[in-house]
Parts: sequence; structure tokens; C-alpha cells
Amino acid sequence: MKRRRLQGSSAMSKDPSPAPARFDPAEAGKFFFRHGHSGWLGLRYSQHAENWVELKLPWREDLLGEPHSSVLASGPIVSLMDMASGMAIWQTTGIFLPIATLDLRVDYQRPAHEGTAVFGRVECYRTTRSAAFVRGVAHDGKIDDPVAHVAGVFMTIGQDPRSTDQPGSTVDG
Amino acid sequence: MADQHTHDHLPAYARSLGIQVERIENELPVLTVDFGPNVEGRPGAFHGGATAGLLENAGYAALRSVLLKEGREPVLKPINITVQYLSAGKQKPTFALARVTRLGRRNANLSVEAWQDDRGRPIAAAVMNILMA
Repeated sequence: MKRRRLQGSSAMSKDPSPAPARFDPAEAGKFFFRHGHSGWLGLRYSQHAENWVELKLPWREDLLGEPHSSVLASGPIVSLMDMASGMAIWQTTGIFLPIATLDLRVDYQRPAHEGTAVFGRVECYRTTRSAAFVRGVAHDGKIDDPVAHVAGVFMTIGQDPRSTDQPGSTVDG
Repeated sequence: MADQHTHDHLPAYARSLGIQVERIENELPVLTVDFGPNVEGRPGAFHGGATAGLLENAGYAALRSVLLKEGREPVLKPINITVQYLSAGKQKPTFALARVTRLGRRNANLSVEAWQDDRGRPIAAAVMNILMA
């Protein structure tokens, strides 16, 4: 896939110290989607570019929302978009660092078509030292006819000692 | 009765994820989900998507209870949800309860909270709009 140079100040320099391998969404997906909630959902890598990642949520009968209909519940779409958001941030910054979702908003435009997979494409449009901003769409084949729009803010954790009091960051167990 | 009704109305997704009706409180259902591989994100912590799924289902379940009391049983359609993540969900059961902030004819506004040990310290909160068709 494309490995173009990143823009702006978030660009990783190739030198001087041996940099860790650049985050690769396709490769990372192989690992992420074997475990936990993403694995249970059956998420798959679909495609990516410079600052976005698209994942696929295959249609599955036990993920349906309303009784008597074959439409995916909205919950799995939130999971899909949350995961695509995280991966879009790592793709954009090039580094796999722990992040926490601060706030995620999903606006549902229409139900996904019956029996079809849903794709979640999320773009990371801005990063600051401690925050990353994302937006994206969920669609079921045609990106111009979205199922939902999403907007979110994430925070990096564990990078800065002052960050321990950040919300959502209590990973200490 | 509300208990059984609420449970029967949990969607396939909710039951598949392991969401259950824990109890009824002031006529509103408290939903719960145990920690397990199904809901795990970062190792040892709830996935944000699973937490959102619990919040969202608590919203629908509360709205159905309120509507049922009024003798209404419309088809519910999601308009939107905004989730605020307040702290990481740890390896223990999570609970969620929604309040119907405003019930209109076509739209309902809800606010939902999810917590673990200490109800006064929610791990996530959400606001939702649900369309009643």
C-alpha cells in the first residue's frame, strides 16, 4: 500500500535514531482482529491511504438490531467506527501509541441494507500534541450514500507524565 | 413483567454480546454486561465500542419501558448518539441506566450512564436521540 510522506509537523523523520517500524493498518489488522471485541465482531481491514483507514464489518445474523428485520444494530457500527478511528490516527501519525477515546458522535442517516457488510472509513484530519480529531462515514458499498457520519476526539496516553489525570486514561487496572 | 418484557426485547446484538437486564429500578431497566473477550479492547479493558453498545441498548430498553406504560409500541430508529468516555472500563461487570429526558411524539431525548463499582463515578455517558416511527 501507499507509504507516502506525512504532512506537517507530525511527519516522522527517517533519522537519526533507528525508528520503530511505521504503523501498517493492514498488518496491524491481522493482529487486532484476532482478539477481543474486534475479533468477536469479525472486523477486517479494507483499505487505507495517507490519513484514513477503512475497515469492513461483515453482515452477521447475531448482530441484528430490531427484531423482525435483517438490519445491523447500530452498536456494532459504533465499534467499527471507533476501531477505524484509532487506526486512522495511528496511520496518520505513523506510530502505534496508546490512545483513549474522549468523545465519539455517530449520526445515523439510514439503516444499512439488509444482508450487506458495512464499511467504516475514518480520516484523522488534525493531531496536536495530546489530541487527535477524526471524522468519517459508514457506508454499505457506496461511499456517497452513507449509513452514518461520525466525529470524534481521542487523546494520547502514557506519552507524557502529566497525562495521567486525563479522562479515559486510567489503564492502571 | 417489565423485566421479562425488556429482556425479550433485547436485540440479537445485545444478547449476543452478553448484555442482560440486571434489575428494574424505578420502572427503568438497568442493563449489565460482564467483562470477557467479547468486550475487550486494550488488554484488560473494555472496548469503547462495547461500552457504547451497552449505553445504546440501555437507552432503547428505557425508552421501550416508558412507551409501554403509555401503551405505545412504535418502531425505534436511531438518530444519533454521542458518547463521552470518562475512564477505562476495567475487568468487572459494567452497568448502564438511561433516563428519558424528553419524550415527544416522534423524537425522544435520552441520557445514559454506565458505571462499574461506584455509581457516582461513571465510566461513560451518552446522549441519544431516537426516532419513533
